Amino acid sequence: MQIKVNNQEVEMPNNCTVNELIVAQKIPHKGVAIAVNNKVVPKINWGNFIINPNDEILIITATQGG
Amino acid sequence: MSAFNFADKTFSSRLFLGTGKFKNNTLMKDSVIESGSELVTVALKRVDVKDKNDDLLNHLHIPNVHLLPNTSGARTAKEAVFAAELAREALETNWLKLEIHPDPKYLLPDAIETLKACEELAKKGFIVLPYIHADPVLCKLLESAGTAAVMPLGAPIGSNKGLVSIDFLEIIIEQSNVPVIVDAGIGAPSHAAKAMEIGADAVLVNTAIAVSDNPVQMAKAFKLAVEAGRMAYEAKLAPVTSKAHASSPLTAFLG
Repeated sequence: MQIKVNNQEVEMPNNCTVNELIVAQKIPHKGVAIAVNNKVVPKINWGNFIINPNDEILIITATQGG
Repeated sequence: MSAFNFADKTFSSRLFLGTGKFKNNTLMKDSVIESGSELVTVALKRVDVKDKNDDLLNHLHIPNVHLLPNTSGARTAKEAVFAAELAREALETNWLKLEIHPDPKYLLPDAIETLKACEELAKKGFIVLPYIHADPVLCKLLESAGTAAVMPLGAPIGSNKGLVSIDFLEIIIEQSNVPVIVDAGIGAPSHAAKAMEIGADAVLVNTAIAVSDNPVQMAKAFKLAVEAGRMAYEAKLAPVTSKAHASSPLTAFLG
């Protein structure tokens, strides 16, 4: 299925979980937070939160800032 | 010099640092260490799925250093609350620098959205440190809204102008029941010392250190200035008068 990850089109298997997405995209688990369709998905739910076609995923981390 | 008890932490340094504008993460880390700071701000950004190599967090595993994520980029209370929730998940801290400044030229904070966001974030259990103009009335409103501290600016972010707002900082310090941390515009160690001398609980410095020709040395200069200012404040500065008061006896034998 097609989903959007940080505004980029990404192809993932149907019914994948957030955790499967992270692993497939080789994104670290630490220091990272995820929102699906503008709702934060807590880390404890990454293993069972299912992503649907056309979902918009936001993955953020820390960067330099004042 | 007294330790700074603030929310659920005790800080031995009253100098907080921003991590922005450093040439690289190693220089940033060395400056943080030299400054003695125990609280450093970070911003949030999208992970670039094609290049995951911003390893800022690896450079901030420093003993006694805590992270303070900011909501820079948020233009409204709603966006700031969303950013805060992401920050709390990513960095496992409920400490938050609330900054909402949609004006791109002066980066001045939006007081109304900041107050709204503070109310909501305090209810959600965040330790809120709001970046604001040096507005004494707003500070009291934020206190009622549950803010953990107030962070009034000295001058616009990155301007290095110093304590342009000093008259109002003094009023805020006099009236505040929560810690007052002067944040933004501090451009020189002397500005930081002055903020501490007038009774600020801490200062937050970023640009003045990061863009210096020698950030590590500048970080140490700020460390010493903040210590000097705080020690002077605790020792109580001598009164200011218009008349002279002789320091030596007016020796009679010469007359």
